[in-house]
Amino acid sequence: MSAESATRGYLDAPGGARGLRSWIFSTDHKRIGVLYLWSTMFFFGAGTIFGFLMRLELIAPGRTIMKAQTYNAMFTLHGVIMIFLVVIPAIPASLGNFFLPLQLGARDVAFPRVNRLSWWIYATGALLAFFAMFAGGHPPDTGWTFYVPYSVRTDTNVTLAVLAALVLGFSSILTGLNFITTVHVLRSPKMKWMKMPLFSWSIYATAWVQVLATPIIAVTLLLIVLERVANLGLFDPVRGGDPLLYQHLFWIYSHPAVYIMIIPAMGIISEVIPAFSGKKVYGYNAIVVSTLAIAFAGYLVWGHHMFTSGMSDTARWVFSFLTFIVAVPSGVKVFNWVATLYKGAIDISAPLLYALGFIFLFSIGGLTGLVNGALATNIQVHDTYFVVAHFHYVMFGGTGFAIFAGLLYWFPKMTGKMYRPFPAIIAFILMFAGFNILYFPMFILGWMGMPRRYYDYPKGFTSLQELSTVGSWFLVAGIILLAVTLIRGLRHGTPASANPWNARGLEWRTSSPPPTENFDELPDPTIEEPVR
Amino acid sequence: MTETPRIPRASRMGMWLFLFTEILLFGGLFLVYAVYRRANPEAFHIASGELSLRFGAINTVILLTSSLTMALAVSAFERGLVGRCLRFLAGTAGLGLIFLGNKAVEWSAKFAHGLYPGNPILEARPAGEKLFFSLYFAMTGLHGVHVLVGVVVLAVTAVLAGRSARADAARVHEKYGGVVENSGLYWHLVDTIWIFLFPLFYLIS
Repeated sequence: MSAESATRGYLDAPGGARGLRSWIFSTDHKRIGVLYLWSTMFFFGAGTIFGFLMRLELIAPGRTIMKAQTYNAMFTLHGVIMIFLVVIPAIPASLGNFFLPLQLGARDVAFPRVNRLSWWIYATGALLAFFAMFAGGHPPDTGWTFYVPYSVRTDTNVTLAVLAALVLGFSSILTGLNFITTVHVLRSPKMKWMKMPLFSWSIYATAWVQVLATPIIAVTLLLIVLERVANLGLFDPVRGGDPLLYQHLFWIYSHPAVYIMIIPAMGIISEVIPAFSGKKVYGYNAIVVSTLAIAFAGYLVWGHHMFTSGMSDTARWVFSFLTFIVAVPSGVKVFNWVATLYKGAIDISAPLLYALGFIFLFSIGGLTGLVNGALATNIQVHDTYFVVAHFHYVMFGGTGFAIFAGLLYWFPKMTGKMYRPFPAIIAFILMFAGFNILYFPMFILGWMGMPRRYYDYPKGFTSLQELSTVGSWFLVAGIILLAVTLIRGLRHGTPASANPWNARGLEWRTSSPPPTENFDELPDPTIEEPVR
Repeated sequence: MTETPRIPRASRMGMWLFLFTEILLFGGLFLVYAVYRRANPEAFHIASGELSLRFGAINTVILLTSSLTMALAVSAFERGLVGRCLRFLAGTAGLGLIFLGNKAVEWSAKFAHGLYPGNPILEARPAGEKLFFSLYFAMTGLHGVHVLVGVVVLAVTAVLAGRSARADAARVHEKYGGVVENSGLYWHLVDTIWIFLFPLFYLIS
């Protein structure tokens, strides 16, 4: 193995090109994946800082460290960055880009230049978002949902922020289109559909959601821009427009977008759990079907964001019922993962811990989703901290922890190096504890009536708000420790073998890091290599 | 049928997926149109009378003809008649430009009559008519942008197809055949969207 790992594979750019140019102009899916990874992690850091400062402001009632207007800008930027620049692209465009062709036994994606273009478009969107924050005028203060009529009337940089989201949407569409075609056309001819790795399945299902949902948000945001620039007024009640129509159009995309965020996370968990249980995954077929079922049903539930906005009773109970339907395939997956662990030869290592963290936190997030989805309780908890806690349990406790699990699992393959496992485990403990201390009190606060996005609160809520802020310190400490561990691993790590975890999957049958062409000789997926 | 080679298969599939996203993009606007027309049938009926049926009909004929020339360009390329293909591509792009010219004349007439959002003449009218004109500008505007992009795509396609006249025909066909076919698909989609826009705006008065 040592001879193999001595090469730097794709990290030595062909033609001896070096430096940033060899990355930005590369069409190698692995290099583009790494570019996306660094970009999303950079913005994750930025979004985390905003979140951290907001928690600090909320440690005591009244003004603590910032003005109310600054706070409004901060929760908007936190949301816009985390949703559009981090969570949506984080798994598909980075880890998906890197590992989809490897898992399929292909040499690249179907359209390598489109792949590079999608990163450029992403970078353009990021630049626009940056201008929205710091250009003249004021940073946007609408919240990431850009609800009308406020988003049309406020004089902050909403136009720029909306354009940024619009541009990022096109990047997401191109990625999805590319991956669907890759799966259909470049999958190893010997790999049957129902033999495709679960992570690839999840990226495939996600790609369909990206292609079929994103255009709707694109045109909706375009209308917001036109309202602001050309007084189109299609959502302005004075001109006969309907603000509720905006909400419908917004959520027709933005609810499926939740599945763009969570389905690939589930794909990572479906790879990590079996790898560290020494078993094949339990109920492969059920996981595939539930992945597709979630992607499909996810289109039909957007109305549950609008139960209190004004809809007919029929519409409300239909949306509520469909929302409960989505819980079924999600539950199927959780049972499958737990059943895979059952009687397995469990190796408690860092990636597995993060995956277990995912199952625990995602279950809480998922079950509280049912509280939101039920009509009666929704009226009590709508627009309160309960909702904030719920989606952070799903998006951060779920997707965030899955990203960390995936990063730790595939780190040796991507870099050819091993990180030190011990600090990664300490980081997990800090993060897991900090996460629950930060977000669990929000369930209680929300239940007691604390509205989301408020700058101030009554004195009675102080102790729980304080507790929540203290949690954010542990969480941030854990994130920093993990980042340091990985960066140290990147620089000083010991060389990794081709398959350090004895895992299945074609990506482990090439050297770490893989050569530019992925495989010296394309592997045969029908031959199962013995797991050592 | 022989097995299609992988790369043309990929480019065709990618193009169809892209066309799906285009349909959905316009689909959002058609949805907005449907909601507002249902709420304001009378006003839409009256406002539609302000549009020039003659211009709309001529533009429809122009665009449909351009679809014919596009199809002829694709089939000429298939048969290896590159010169013929280039002439038809030029014809298609020319018809696209004429369409855009007509559109510009039409829009400026609306502007001259004060029928645009923000102008006091339109603002004095009932809400439903204001919505009609906002939708008219948004939808025909987005469609016009697509025609413009289509003309640029046709120009690029012509350059690529032209190269094949000067090289080994079979190899070039393998390389660029998909490009001609795909730009044809895009052009037909843009036409198809107009076929829906025309009755929805011009024929409801």
